[in-house]
Amino acid sequence: MSLSTEKRIQERDVVIQTIAKLMIPFIQLFGLYVMIGTEGAGGGFQGGTVLAASFILLVVAFGIDKGRMKMPEGWNAVFKSLGLYLYAGVGGLLCIIFSLGKAEYLNYCAIPLAKIIGGPATRGFWVGNIVEVGIGVTVMAAFVSIFYDLVRKEESVEEGGAEE
Amino acid sequence: MIIPIDLALLFFIVVIAIAAITTKDLLAAIVLLSAYSFLMACVWVEMNAVDVGFTEAAIGAGVTTAFMIAALSRTARWEEK
Repeated sequence: MSLSTEKRIQERDVVIQTIAKLMIPFIQLFGLYVMIGTEGAGGGFQGGTVLAASFILLVVAFGIDKGRMKMPEGWNAVFKSLGLYLYAGVGGLLCIIFSLGKAEYLNYCAIPLAKIIGGPATRGFWVGNIVEVGIGVTVMAAFVSIFYDLVRKEESVEEGGAEE
Repeated sequence: MIIPIDLALLFFIVVIAIAAITTKDLLAAIVLLSAYSFLMACVWVEMNAVDVGFTEAAIGAGVTTAFMIAALSRTARWEEK
């Protein structure tokens, strides 16, 4: 308890770093599998949560500086907007392209491309996958942004304490 | 779905929830809530809802614990009486 918080934060454990370095790619692969790997619809929120958990594991193991290097804070807004545009824009774009009464918003199994090229019928030729990726990217960026907010306030408190 | 396993897990969940409410150590309360989420994920998986289960494990036991510890590092560890 005599150590200051800064020293405790800077002490890194080689076991935690090695395990994190080993596990983070598999966690992210599992997140992608949850998002786009399975046959049925759904899983965007869960996959995005797993991706955000992998990033938080990286920050816990390697510190916030390396986390900021891997994913700068300005990317969060870009990712959130990109996910929303993917989610809403794919449906709108397809409604414009296939505006023959065959395409319905969020009902992508009715798109004729799925029957021509083949593929999972409920996914509608990977359009559902794009929607899931949009949801996942938004959820991941939201969680990472909350985490960045908490960590940044913590740092500002520490700096304020150091200045006193 | 096996009834005795369900009942045992729910009993431990109730015990852990009461312990998390009554403890004065906030870090211990956070760890107890993490254990609560883990047992809840076990309940979901045992009820054949695997996606809900690992979402609970990722959010409850992983992300929320990190958030709460990050929030706790800005305040005192012990609850005031």
